[in-house]
Amino acid sequence: MAPTETAAAGELVENAAGRLVPRRINERASVPFCGVGAHLPQGNKVGPPIRRASDYPVLGDKRVGSLREALERCGLRDGMTIGTHHHFRNGDLVANAVFEEAAAMGCRDLRWFPSASFPCHEPQIAHLQSGVIHHIEGSMNGPLGDHCSRGKMRGMGVLRSHGGRWQAIQDGEVHVDVAVIAAPAADCFGNATGDRGPSACGLLGFALADSLYADHVIVVTDHLVPFPCLPWQIQGNNVDFVVEVDKVGEPEKIVSGTTRVTSSPDRLLIAEYCARFVRDTGILREGFSFQAGAGGTALAFGIFLKEMMQEAGVTAGFVRGGSNEYLVSMLEEGLTPVILDGQTFDLEGVRSMRENAGHQNTSPFTSYNFHGKGNFASMVDVVILGATEVDVGFNANVVTHTDGRLLHGIGGWQNCLFAGCTILAVPALRNRIPVVLDEVTTLCGPGELVDVIATERGLCINPARTDLVEAARGSSVPILDIAELKREVDAICGGPPDRARTSERVVAAIQWVDGTTIDCVRAVEG
Amino acid sequence: MMSETATPSTGERRAAEAGPRGPRVRSDCWVGLTPQESGGIALEVSSTVESSYGRSIRAACEEGARALGIDHARIEVEDGGALPFVLMARLEAAARRALPDLAGRWVPERTEAAPTPACRERRRRSRLYLPGNQPKYMTNAGLHGPDAVILDLEDSVAPEAKDAARILVRNALRQVDFRGAERTVRINPGSLGLADIDEVAGENVHMVLIPKVESAEDVLEVDERLRARTEETVYLMPIIESARGVLQAPRIAAASERVAALTIGLEDYTADLGVPRTEQGDESRWARSMIVHAARGAGVAAIDSVFSDVSDMDGLRRAVGEAKSMGFEGSGCIHPRQIRVVHEAFDPTPAEVERACRIVRAFRGASERGLGVVSLGSKMIDPPVVERALQTLAQAVESGLLAADWEESED
Repeated sequence: MAPTETAAAGELVENAAGRLVPRRINERASVPFCGVGAHLPQGNKVGPPIRRASDYPVLGDKRVGSLREALERCGLRDGMTIGTHHHFRNGDLVANAVFEEAAAMGCRDLRWFPSASFPCHEPQIAHLQSGVIHHIEGSMNGPLGDHCSRGKMRGMGVLRSHGGRWQAIQDGEVHVDVAVIAAPAADCFGNATGDRGPSACGLLGFALADSLYADHVIVVTDHLVPFPCLPWQIQGNNVDFVVEVDKVGEPEKIVSGTTRVTSSPDRLLIAEYCARFVRDTGILREGFSFQAGAGGTALAFGIFLKEMMQEAGVTAGFVRGGSNEYLVSMLEEGLTPVILDGQTFDLEGVRSMRENAGHQNTSPFTSYNFHGKGNFASMVDVVILGATEVDVGFNANVVTHTDGRLLHGIGGWQNCLFAGCTILAVPALRNRIPVVLDEVTTLCGPGELVDVIATERGLCINPARTDLVEAARGSSVPILDIAELKREVDAICGGPPDRARTSERVVAAIQWVDGTTIDCVRAVEG
Repeated sequence: MMSETATPSTGERRAAEAGPRGPRVRSDCWVGLTPQESGGIALEVSSTVESSYGRSIRAACEEGARALGIDHARIEVEDGGALPFVLMARLEAAARRALPDLAGRWVPERTEAAPTPACRERRRRSRLYLPGNQPKYMTNAGLHGPDAVILDLEDSVAPEAKDAARILVRNALRQVDFRGAERTVRINPGSLGLADIDEVAGENVHMVLIPKVESAEDVLEVDERLRARTEETVYLMPIIESARGVLQAPRIAAASERVAALTIGLEDYTADLGVPRTEQGDESRWARSMIVHAARGAGVAAIDSVFSDVSDMDGLRRAVGEAKSMGFEGSGCIHPRQIRVVHEAFDPTPAEVERACRIVRAFRGASERGLGVVSLGSKMIDPPVVERALQTLAQAVESGLLAADWEESED
């Protein structure tokens, strides 16, 4: 098929954020973003097909000889959707293996529905080119994002937040035919956990939705334990087949650039400003809560905050993670009674999950899901996130660079914007590219949900947050107007950057947390 | 065949280049320049920020060629996100290497809103070293709040890059906002250093650091060159880095009224002695004490060397605490994260501030009552004690540890 096949995104329509977005995405009608909290879907959630326990082995042994056999018995065929998950982050071995088998089976036009992809998934590009994979719906990090933004993918990429992935499954926007779950430990019945075994990586929360809603669920493990696998994060009653392999992932690679504390003095300064802001504005108080996302600056923020909590003699009510050694040290030193863990960022986090009762496993369902009856993310007092760009209206971009290339996923970023105070910690300039623009290249987060832009040159508070503006008076952290920051940085960079040169062709849609389309990405030229 | 009407410039010409090259270069660029007989300016630009600033880079190169008086040349740029002042410096360096007789300069505008004058008496607790040929550290240096920044042309710059670094440092002095930090340049020793001065004099340099000083003459040579090149007052900080220099320290400190501080470079000094530099520093204690005495004797500030383990903040805190107790007023920093630790160590402690307040209050109270003798508790307070207390309070006020009107606001 010619690469222009699905360029027919149909007509574009202006959404409530003023962005032109496609009416149809991969042959499906899409609702344009209509404002934060304005989309009110009705009806029932989808359910998985009815099964009969009598069809499954009485003695509970669901093992099959190979991944190939499992995929065949699931009835994998052309055009199906395969779900995989990123709890090994850049150390995942299973997603590539699944599509190798699918290719060997002669399958074509599959939809890959990963919870995120990483540079380790670069081999999937060959399957996109050969026609095995039609397109990807999921966060695309690095090489796959680059491939997509050059217009080389046949279908339109769809980027959703972690919560949005759950929402899309629950309201039927995405039907998962086969879910393949990499499990560091599992029993023959399919009960599985990520917190133990030679490849222990922590939490399998991203796979939970697939295990509940997919037509077929395969658990792949390199560490088969006697029944029952305790504790189980994935329940075997949802699992069709169990496959043993040599290795499911490389847990040492869950630690990557975005999960390591920064050594950059500028980023450390940003992290310190954020922590001082949180302290000086009184957000830091007995029983408060925070979340620091992935990214070296956010992690450093946690370290500074910990010192300030100790100085102030304050303990948190709970912290949300991304668990890592720093959050674990806070838990073990009594600075917080609980870590609500959404994904595990290092091996200390894995250990703590095994050992600490206060280290609670969560999932996008508990924390992020638009179709849930509330979620944890909005209960957090302050969250520190990153961004690739922001604009003078506090709108933010987290997926494309200023040159228009799609290089990052949304992750839990959009979902976290609902915290009591959302701080985007970003360097004011990166290799001549200013972070503050007149208008972001791609809109991922509406400015009304972004409260503070924190840079090494000072913090900009969203003027709509008069309470924060007031609370920050007297703080020693430099506060400046965002237009002033933009002027200052533009002067350093030799003027604002030219806008990205893109073609008309839409290569990816950016979904808001409620499943509406907030913006789209166009193919870059050259 | 050469045209009869050859270009008027008669000097040497050759292909030349400047700046780092390769896929990992960030915030810097490589420029290759090949002078041509004709054909105008031919540009070949590749950049990691092509879509954002490709146009700007091309326009800058055209402008640069005009400013430098180059009519015909092939100019290649491989850019990794260099800021305009960096691109300008690299292009000028390549041009001056290609055409050694080139008279033109391409000097960026000064962006300093209100130039801050040099000041003899100012706090010099921390001085942050910035490698003179690495632009990426320069732009944000002032944000970390050092008392001084040092644009270093000496040890951090490779011998073959000295000329390019000079131009870069000159441009940085014109374009980078160091946020009120003392603007200092460490020049090279000897004739290289005089050439350094020729490039940066007049760019609102507050102080020049002279390395490897062994005699008063070494200082005077630099002082004279500076006075010949600029009317701006430029203070001097000799760096003593040898046994010979230590023995000459009193004369060096008093060599010129523009000497405002004196410091020691311990790596070279211990190498000169032929002993390893240890963390305890017993091997250099005498020399450091000599520096303090020489400086105090001449009425200038004594500044300590650098602490070179950037990851050891406790070691840094100890070292700076010891330096303070020996009489040093400041210390070098090789990483911005060292600055706060250094400031905290040199700033008066809360106990020192409180005691100083009590002393000054007791003194003022006694004076008002016409008493000749001042006492605090059971101790008599001598005038030098009062003097030192006043200094402590001045420091505390400057560092924001004490309100300027502390006498009114408290009782």
